[in-house]
Amino acid sequence: MPELTIKKRRPIWYNLSPVNLPIPGLVSIFHRISGLLLVLGMVWLLFLLDMSLRSEPGFHDSREYFTHPVSKLGLLILLWSFLHHFVAGIRYLLLDIHVGIELVNARRSGFAVFAISLVATVIFGTKIW
Amino acid sequence: MVNRVVSGAHYGLKDWLVQRLSAVVMTAYVLLIGSYTLISETITYTYASWKSLFEQGWMRTATLFFVLSILLHAWVGVRDVFMDYVKNTGMRLTLQVLTVLWLVGCGGWALQILWRI
Repeated sequence: MPELTIKKRRPIWYNLSPVNLPIPGLVSIFHRISGLLLVLGMVWLLFLLDMSLRSEPGFHDSREYFTHPVSKLGLLILLWSFLHHFVAGIRYLLLDIHVGIELVNARRSGFAVFAISLVATVIFGTKIW
Repeated sequence: MVNRVVSGAHYGLKDWLVQRLSAVVMTAYVLLIGSYTLISETITYTYASWKSLFEQGWMRTATLFFVLSILLHAWVGVRDVFMDYVKNTGMRLTLQVLTVLWLVGCGGWALQILWRI
């Protein structure tokens, strides 16, 4: 019996470094990061919505606001955050109803999340820029 | 058989469900409003048309549901992240209280914007 417990004590090696995560793990960690960025960024988006709906000059100010490269960059980061969170979220909803839970499919859909969200960021990003 | 004290326990199933339902509501809103504003892009060109979009009752109601979904969804999500990474109870509680204040503040501001128009 003591022998058995000794044998069972195997080294634990969880490598949770983001660099070595498999694709579904990367989708997950970026889902969290993008979610936090959206929570922090929403006050800025509210500020802009408030400005754009407040008055005629406010509306023009909000359009003017986006000619500045820093605000464009900020909007681009939030655009990526939203698109990644959105696409990855749909993947999670599908996983919840047992669509694509096999390892190969889960990896493929994880890859698709990055592909779709990044391409969409470029498409909508060029529209902003 | 796992012995669990059910009385007063909170296993998070409700939060899990809220997270999913709010996600579905937000997906519907984003797809509908997103495609609507993309198709009729001119709506964002002038103040009058931009304002008239938010003046409509259906838009206001839809946005209200969207805002409520964001608040619930963000609360569960941020709480999950804090529960995973912030081990110190006092620190975690502080962060969670700040999150609630942040979210309720943002929600209040959103309602003010919507009903001021």
